[in-house]
Amino acid sequence: MLIDRLFASAICTFARVLTGVRARWFAAPDPGKLRVYYPNHRSHGDFVLVWSMLPRAMRKRTRPVAGSDYWLSSAVRRYVINRVFRGVLVDRQAGRSADPIGVMGQVLAGGESLILFPEGTRNLDEGLLPFKSGLYHLACAHPEVELVPVWIENLGRAMPKGHLVPLPLLCTLSFGEPLMLRPDESKEQFLARTRQALLALAPVAE
Amino acid sequence: MTPQDTLIALFGGVFAVLALASTVGGLLRWRLAGRSSSVIDNLNARIKAWWWMIGALAIAFWIGKTGVVVLFAFISLQALREFISVTYTRVGDHRALLWCFFVFLPLQYVLIGMDWYGLFSILIPVYAFLLLPISASLSTDTKHFLERAAKVQWGLMICVYCISHVPALLTLPIEGFEGRNLQLIVFLVLTVQSSDVFQYVWGKLFGKRKLAPQISPSKTLEGLVGGVLTSTAVGAALYWITPFNVWQAALVALTINILGFFGGFVLSAIKRDRGLKDWGAMIEGHGGMLDRVDSISFSAPIFFHILRYWWVH
Repeated sequence: MLIDRLFASAICTFARVLTGVRARWFAAPDPGKLRVYYPNHRSHGDFVLVWSMLPRAMRKRTRPVAGSDYWLSSAVRRYVINRVFRGVLVDRQAGRSADPIGVMGQVLAGGESLILFPEGTRNLDEGLLPFKSGLYHLACAHPEVELVPVWIENLGRAMPKGHLVPLPLLCTLSFGEPLMLRPDESKEQFLARTRQALLALAPVAE
Repeated sequence: MTPQDTLIALFGGVFAVLALASTVGGLLRWRLAGRSSSVIDNLNARIKAWWWMIGALAIAFWIGKTGVVVLFAFISLQALREFISVTYTRVGDHRALLWCFFVFLPLQYVLIGMDWYGLFSILIPVYAFLLLPISASLSTDTKHFLERAAKVQWGLMICVYCISHVPALLTLPIEGFEGRNLQLIVFLVLTVQSSDVFQYVWGKLFGKRKLAPQISPSKTLEGLVGGVLTSTAVGAALYWITPFNVWQAALVALTINILGFFGGFVLSAIKRDRGLKDWGAMIEGHGGMLDRVDSISFSAPIFFHILRYWWVH
């Protein structure tokens, strides 16, 4: 609907102005390719920023993967994630009924790209948490899909958990070179390699 | 000339110089005949950005004191954003940084707008200096505490306190110079910024001996000497818009040019340490806001105090 699209561009414009975000692409964006973008995760605004920095044609064909426990908990969140961003909701609880890999796979099979946070939850400290196995299982089910690491710098500092007022810091998004699952790669090797590729995009720490 | 006529003449002169620079830049690009040259592209981007910057300054001057205070508050905000964005702090500094952005920065400029010298001169060096580490200590995170506190204070000093001394020039009562204080800002900005431009030009044309490649690969001895002396001559030639005579104008211009050079030098050292080339990408061809105002930041407070001690009675 028009109103949902207007909301989407308003939220994106707001996020871009507030964060003065800049994107660095290590490999040129390619609207023809099916991709899974996998950013580090420190704030609820992360996927908005990644989504807003994709070229328009790709933005329409890219959907964020989000935890249903958080996003279905209020009417506003439900509206934002379902209608504005067309999020792909997955159940993060143990003993879940639906298989999240199947849900994400259907979206890829339908020709749409995904934004997936491989740490599975927000990281409240520096650096990067260990990856959950979801990224690996998704790559096994869809080996034709390219995986693009995205390092989000400063958004977690600008709006850390537990603080209401954000800092007007400048954010940078680094889109790395796409990776693919190698034929004889083990789960541990694959997760270590993809995690290393994401960490390589982070600025030097002190 | 009335103060207004003087300003119109000055801005007219600057816009004429910019028009000449744009013409030369266009000719250089035309001579390339479609080939690309990063130096000339960068030169043209810089000239284009200068149109915007001088235009913003002209609008602020046209509005008057409020316009100038608001413009420099905005410059401080952007510079502080750039500084803190590449400086390592932790979640425990969040409150202290909120104080910097939303209390100390606006308050500093409000105090300047109110002419309250007694408070704006100590707000950040005394009150922020003591209150910010108190705020950070309440988070009970001790990791790198001294470094973090120092970085936050330093960012506030360079980006807010020092830069706010440009609009603070409007608060100085100088006998026989009433109503002309905007000309002091023109003198400071034209002298120091032309020094940056002449250092760039002299360096590109005659630069051989590198000053300190570890800090700034493009700075040369020839660029420094040629640039500082040329813009000192510019400052001396501008004596008629200041309360100085020719020799005083030259000496003051030399002082603020040397300080301006070291402003760029010191902030380059911080950039190198953080592995950066520019502070940001806000001003095309120049980098970030802080890349453009680093020299102003170091020269403005000294210029202010030279005037205050010797010309204000």
